Amino acid sequence: MNDGDTTLSLILFSGTDDRLGAAAILATGAAAMGRPVNVFLQYWALDAFRRDKVVADHGAAAEAGPGGAALVRAGQAGERHWSALFRQAKDIGDVKIHACALSMELFEITTADLDPLVDDVEGVAAFMSDASSGPITFI
Amino acid sequence: MTLTETEVTRTIDARGMACPGPLLALIGAIRQGQTGDTIAVLSSDAGSKSDIPAWCAKAKHEIVEVVELSGHARFVVRKTH
Repeated sequence: MNDGDTTLSLILFSGTDDRLGAAAILATGAAAMGRPVNVFLQYWALDAFRRDKVVADHGAAAEAGPGGAALVRAGQAGERHWSALFRQAKDIGDVKIHACALSMELFEITTADLDPLVDDVEGVAAFMSDASSGPITFI
Repeated sequence: MTLTETEVTRTIDARGMACPGPLLALIGAIRQGQTGDTIAVLSSDAGSKSDIPAWCAKAKHEIVEVVELSGHARFVVRKTH
């Protein structure tokens, strides 16, 4: 097995701009290096992918503090936004973004509510199957 | 000292772009180019110094040269396939 092409799977739980930004960078780097990427959106991350609020201010993680939050927001301006980076990642490599079916239910989100970045809805078993050939990281 | 710039097929000025912008710009240019083309990327991003060589090694394109200039670096890459 060629380790350099191992599928990378990211489970996104957090919906803050810094964590989503970090996830987008990781997905982009993996895609650039020829690794297939699966992203599974749960909870607040799924909510952040609602088409009507994708580019809204999602704040920053607690450790950012008020100064950090401003820094994060500045770093997400325009084409630097995590959604733009995910779009570029999909363009250069094999990146699939899946919405967690359970979170869809909990948050009462329909596929029509989601940004086109999201490819499909999956249950956890289907995601685990997608993710079986490589590491899984929870963000 | 006179600095002679290697002639290239195309130059991308990615100065000011945040990581991984310059790498993505290089990847796009390689895809659009022909085999044998040389692409120069100007990048002020520190990440490019490791990212561009790592990508070239993985994608099997040739790094022709890397030159440190004023506030940025010039990466010249040949599309080999």
